[in-house]
Amino acid sequence: MSETVIKIENLSKQYRLGMVGTGTLSHDLKRWWYIVRGKEDPYLKVGEVNKRDTKGKSEYVWALKDINFEVKKGEVLGIIGKNGAGKSTLLKILSRITAPTTGEFKVRGRIASLLEVGTGFHPELTGRENIFLNGAILGMTKAEIKNKFDEIVAFSGVERYIDTPVKRYSSGMYVRLAFAVAAHLEPEILIIDEVLSVGDADFQKKCLGKMKDVAGEGRTVLFVSHNMTAVKSLCPNSIMLKNGEIIKRGPSAEVIDTYLNDEMQIDMEKEWHPGDAPGNDKVRLLKASIYSTDIKAKGKLTTESEIELSFTFQNFIKNGNINISIHFCALDDFIIFSSGSNFISTSSELLTFKCRIPGNLLNSIVYKLDVLYVNDSKVEFSFSHCLQFEIHETERNGAWFGKWAGVIRPQLSWEESD
Amino acid sequence: MAFSNKNPSIPEENWTLIVKPKTNWFDLHLSDVWRYRDLVAMFVKRDFISAYKQTILGPLWFLIQPLCATYLFLFVFSDIAHISTGNVPAVLFYLSSLTVWNYFATCFNKTSGTFTSNSTLFGKVYFPRLVSPVSTIISTLVTFFIQFLLFISFLFYYILFKGNQFHFNLYLLLIPYLIILMGALGLGSGIIISSLTTKYRDLANLVAFGVQLLMYLTTVVYPLSSITGKKRMIVLLNPMTSIIESFRYAFFPLGRFRWDLLGYSTAFTVLILFTGILLFNRTEKSFMDTV
Repeated sequence: MSETVIKIENLSKQYRLGMVGTGTLSHDLKRWWYIVRGKEDPYLKVGEVNKRDTKGKSEYVWALKDINFEVKKGEVLGIIGKNGAGKSTLLKILSRITAPTTGEFKVRGRIASLLEVGTGFHPELTGRENIFLNGAILGMTKAEIKNKFDEIVAFSGVERYIDTPVKRYSSGMYVRLAFAVAAHLEPEILIIDEVLSVGDADFQKKCLGKMKDVAGEGRTVLFVSHNMTAVKSLCPNSIMLKNGEIIKRGPSAEVIDTYLNDEMQIDMEKEWHPGDAPGNDKVRLLKASIYSTDIKAKGKLTTESEIELSFTFQNFIKNGNINISIHFCALDDFIIFSSGSNFISTSSELLTFKCRIPGNLLNSIVYKLDVLYVNDSKVEFSFSHCLQFEIHETERNGAWFGKWAGVIRPQLSWEESD
Repeated sequence: MAFSNKNPSIPEENWTLIVKPKTNWFDLHLSDVWRYRDLVAMFVKRDFISAYKQTILGPLWFLIQPLCATYLFLFVFSDIAHISTGNVPAVLFYLSSLTVWNYFATCFNKTSGTFTSNSTLFGKVYFPRLVSPVSTIISTLVTFFIQFLLFISFLFYYILFKGNQFHFNLYLLLIPYLIILMGALGLGSGIIISSLTTKYRDLANLVAFGVQLLMYLTTVVYPLSSITGKKRMIVLLNPMTSIIESFRYAFFPLGRFRWDLLGYSTAFTVLILFTGILLFNRTEKSFMDTV
């Protein structure tokens, strides 16, 4: 087994919510008084798990709670989790931007972190000057930067503008230059936060290639990202954080599955009691759900899997001629397409409509679904945003991990010749 | 942040860095600042270049500011208030005081906002935070030298064209020491304020006008010899007084040189700087949570 280069022991971080003001002073004084008497900080005993969406009783929350893990030399470890799971807090502590509340961590070797590209860039300085400034901020010496200067400029592809103040740069050029400096850091341990989401596809490819090189050189990398495809391809192992705690550690594929399943619970299925179901005196919606018919997908909606929609209504219309329509909307409520069921002449009280969407039609984005209940071409009831769901990317081959453009992604037949 | 080269409890493990919530008060890791000396140089360069980019007069602005202040002082304190500047031409008197005072005041003002004004940078990357105020002190030094040259050229103008006689003396050799003392005093007081204002901003409101008021408690617009009694005691308690007095004494025959006062200022500065660094190191670990 190779040596451990990062060892994290019982690391916790507590934050106080709300504003800093006059009220904070009394807590500070109380804390100080306990410490003067040699007692433990009273506020360390309080504090709740960090859940954003529920209202807590305590003013104190634990952004991280008892984190323990080790990283071996040369390991490339992914860190995933929802927004607010504690990823950024963990990175901030490891980058020494803020200190832990309790616990400690130890590091062997030079550590550099990249929480943002272009940190400390000064708009008035030229590209050349900013390379030196940014490099120095990231911990390089002047001599090191000088040695790599030509390489950095070549990588960035902004040779022509190198003596122009960076405020005249396009945002793309700015990011390219910034990433180029960062990519030429040579620490033993590198901590990277979501920096790949910048630049065009071409540049992203270059960045990922560079990251793969770094990992291949036997350096230790901690990589935080929301881009599961990139995590899967770069990191053999991952850690999943949830509410400040490590939920799972293991091979990236497994951890990502856990993460996606955990994420998906929102609005893929809704069920109401007849008493409080949405609707009116003509119709009430009892149940709406979306699921994958593909058993291998384990309930996950992917771009390739066939998906089924199911709606159950309580119908009060006698001798109706009924059909339903669905609207597929993007997150900005733009209707991408709609589809209607066949008409059914019925008086029965319970109606179920099912609809199948073939695989390889939807793109890997979040969709919202509206449903309309129609009797004799008259809309009796409509329910906007009845369901909301995300279609996930399937594992892809190739070097490009960016999003496919477009609101749908049908598979078309292609023919190539030369 | 906690930084030590060895861990006594597990000697066989050779960690380069151990981070804990609390550290020894006297664990100052000043060697870290030295390792980042290239960054200090880059910050100084950045401050200088960015200050007068896209101006026509460029670094000439460094001269316009003290000249305007000097003529305003001439008008208010000399012509209207008739405050004596001893046997020294008023222009030279004010220019010399202002050159010195401006250095201290700028150092103090700029470093007192270290944490608040750099919070976006400090929130993204680690480097010893002391690098930031130290580079401010050095870049302000550039301004000081330009203004000092202005003073020297006025001095020679008075000697050559107005026939004034000055007793240049060996105390001129003390000038570098006085500059270091002022820088250290400005740095020390600035980082104390900066450390105390990350959570409660109240004190920050005091600094800007406090420095201005302090100028009148320093012998900037009047010589020390012109005040007596209790007021003299108050002015003497101000560590900047003896620095300005010593500086002027090196050029002009004003009063007498007081080693005891300079000694007092030195002791005061050392104390302030030390306290400042202690507080600063304490604060830099967790100020991001409260700033």
